[in-house]
Amino acid sequence: MSPSPLNLAPGTTPRLELRNARKNFGAVRALENGTLTLWPGEVHALLGENGAGKSTLVKILAGVHQPDGGELRVDGQPRQFARPSDAIDAGIAVIYQEPTLFPELSIAENIYMGRQPLDRFGRIRAETMQHAVQEMLASLGVNLQATQSVRGLSIADQQVVEIAKALSLNANVLIMDEPTAALSRPEVERLFAIAERLRAANVAILFITHRLEEVFRLAQRITIMRDGAAVHFAETHEMTHDSIVSRMVGRDLASYYPKAEVEPGEIALAVRRLTRRGVFKDISFTVRRGEIVALAGLVGAGRSEVARAIFGVDPVDSGDVQIKGKSLLLGDPAAAVRAGLALVPEDRRQQGLALDMSIAHNAALTVLKRLVHWGLISNQSERNLAQDWGRKLKLKAHSMDVPASTLSGGNQQKVVLGKWLATHPDVLIIDEPTRGIDVGAKAEVYQTLTELVKNGMAVLMISSELPEVLGMADRILVMNEGRLTADIPRAQADEARIMAAALGQSDPHSRSAA
Amino acid sequence: MSTATHKPHLGWEVMLVAVLAAALVLGRSLSADFLTTSNIANLLADFTEIALMALPMTLIIIAADIDLSVASIMGMSSSLMGVLWHMGLPMPAVIVLCLVAGTLAGVFNGVVIVTFALPSLAVTIGTLALFRGVSYLLLGDQAIADFPTALTTFGISNVGDTFIPQPFVIVIVAAIGFTVLLQATAFGRSLYAIGSNQTAARFSGINVSRARLILYVVSGLMSALAGIIYTLRFSSARGDNGEGFELSVVAAVLFGGVSIFGGKGSLPGVLLSLVIIAVLKNALTLSDVSSEVLTIVTGVLLLSSVLVPNLVNRWRDARQQKALAAHA
Repeated sequence: MSPSPLNLAPGTTPRLELRNARKNFGAVRALENGTLTLWPGEVHALLGENGAGKSTLVKILAGVHQPDGGELRVDGQPRQFARPSDAIDAGIAVIYQEPTLFPELSIAENIYMGRQPLDRFGRIRAETMQHAVQEMLASLGVNLQATQSVRGLSIADQQVVEIAKALSLNANVLIMDEPTAALSRPEVERLFAIAERLRAANVAILFITHRLEEVFRLAQRITIMRDGAAVHFAETHEMTHDSIVSRMVGRDLASYYPKAEVEPGEIALAVRRLTRRGVFKDISFTVRRGEIVALAGLVGAGRSEVARAIFGVDPVDSGDVQIKGKSLLLGDPAAAVRAGLALVPEDRRQQGLALDMSIAHNAALTVLKRLVHWGLISNQSERNLAQDWGRKLKLKAHSMDVPASTLSGGNQQKVVLGKWLATHPDVLIIDEPTRGIDVGAKAEVYQTLTELVKNGMAVLMISSELPEVLGMADRILVMNEGRLTADIPRAQADEARIMAAALGQSDPHSRSAA
Repeated sequence: MSTATHKPHLGWEVMLVAVLAAALVLGRSLSADFLTTSNIANLLADFTEIALMALPMTLIIIAADIDLSVASIMGMSSSLMGVLWHMGLPMPAVIVLCLVAGTLAGVFNGVVIVTFALPSLAVTIGTLALFRGVSYLLLGDQAIADFPTALTTFGISNVGDTFIPQPFVIVIVAAIGFTVLLQATAFGRSLYAIGSNQTAARFSGINVSRARLILYVVSGLMSALAGIIYTLRFSSARGDNGEGFELSVVAAVLFGGVSIFGGKGSLPGVLLSLVIIAVLKNALTLSDVSSEVLTIVTGVLLLSSVLVPNLVNRWRDARQQKALAAHA
């Protein structure tokens, strides 16, 4: 199934035009060339890796950020949005990944928050409000009651409420920021049906997603961003999966993912029936030396929680973990480090770095005991350590004494990686290795991972980016709602199969299908 | 943000040296007795208890915690000293038991804060009242003054012919010990990491709970030591000994450049700040300024030490913004 083509009457003006928008945050250039044209009645996919500048562009369209330069036109007229309400007045509405509603209020009250219809005594006309909302929900084809409270609604239903709210504000541009990231398959289908209805009603939809199969189903046109700039614009039918990914990463895929053929060695990490009640259950898998095993799945499937439990920063209820055949004392990160385990966490600013501390001090945190002579830390060995790893990982910094907070995301990630490689681990768990870093730094991280497995390390890589999973992993484990649902070898892996397992559909080919 | 974390906060320390010079000039102009050896001995002796408690407090605040019960533990150990001495126990036993009691008070603080994951501010405000209450319960409103002369002379005499009071030697030894511990050991470094980002410290394999527990225990022990020395210096065990000292201790630490948000500061800065506070207090006392004014001075120091870095940062950010704008 492919999306209906975009047919524009001659003389139609674009609903929204953004040209050469720029935005800096301090010294960081978040957006260099934000360019986008949205026509009425189209679904337009905005694609790019994390950190490519998509969210900054969206926030400029939403009036949250004010651009430092560039031009914005709505229905052909130049406009400037000083605040979010200006964008709303211009008919632009944004549906964020995590809806922001008042849980204790009803759907109708949420939709009319702050502009309830009043009678002449200033009382809220509840029935009028409920009636209007019920009609709107019916027009979207969803089975929700205007009077029911938002508490207890699924994320998908809450998104519908947000869409209804946008429509009641007469929005004719709808921006959806990764709306399907946390949805089940039927919920995705319903959202697509809603999008089709809105498109038929001449609403322009900007759709941000990481799932390319959704792009081919829904979008007429595509804008691809990389490193803060719009680099490619095309009709969807002109593109293929691979041509989109190459544009997103800006180079040939084979050189971007330097996958090496490594003969797997002995089992380095063995996880058996690991369970944490209400979070994940019965997780069993192994990782061999020389292997990169990816752990894929939707946001919230419990992948990071498994990693944290293995490393001992989160509790477990049952199950065990073996490193190189020896049982690991769970719940004690120091014991995990001694056993040869390293965890590069998901959130490097919150979990990976002490941002106020210098690069050298951050790098030394995991190996303080090794740097001590006669009880005192040797500043020289500390600096040497940071410099060695900095050189190996191509860290760009003025000096090892500057605070980690001054580095770009990619260089911060290198400090976290260096701090863990300094412990000479046998098993490296790396959670979202390339989140929020630029394409150049990503390529370097992939190169580093390849070198590590060549030298016999076992790597467990948690990733939400399918191109990265498909490009780097020897084997792909997939989790859905706290359980492992698939174990797919590289040769048999493709995007559809991983997504099916991530959405909890049983996989007939898989060795350990649920 | 341009200075490395645990490196002495150079700008701030230069400022402290300037303030110290100003305080000395002020003292000299207020009173002719100011620079006499007997007054310097007084000045140094006065600094003993606050300094002994400020050393562990520096470590605690750098780890982004706080212990407001220090002065109450000091008072409790003073009362206990009086009671045990009256019961006829030999002095060495009395001292050991007082130190043990202070340590246990620290264990109590640490266990409640760490195992129940409660905010240290709330818990130690509670134990501030609790330990002070115990202190009054032990001695009521009586004072015990008949301590052995050999010991009370230790509290007030100088080392040989110098003007250095004997208790001050304990401060110097402790200051050196704490400085090395904080600035040069793995434990000290882990405190900066904990104060800067506790989650990242835990993810780095640092035993955060154990480190925090140790800090409270050491703080209890040092507070008890302060209580013993105070009792001997004034030859008087009373329930209200050291009441309100926690304010001076916290003020000295913050004025020394330690960030109330944790992760930043150094012991040399705190030592300088302690000297400044002692000099100011002494100069003002010599010129017959009332104790209310002394409290006001403490308050001003406290406020300025949290306000000034904040204002400097704002100014720096504004300037940086301007530079960037000019660049663009």
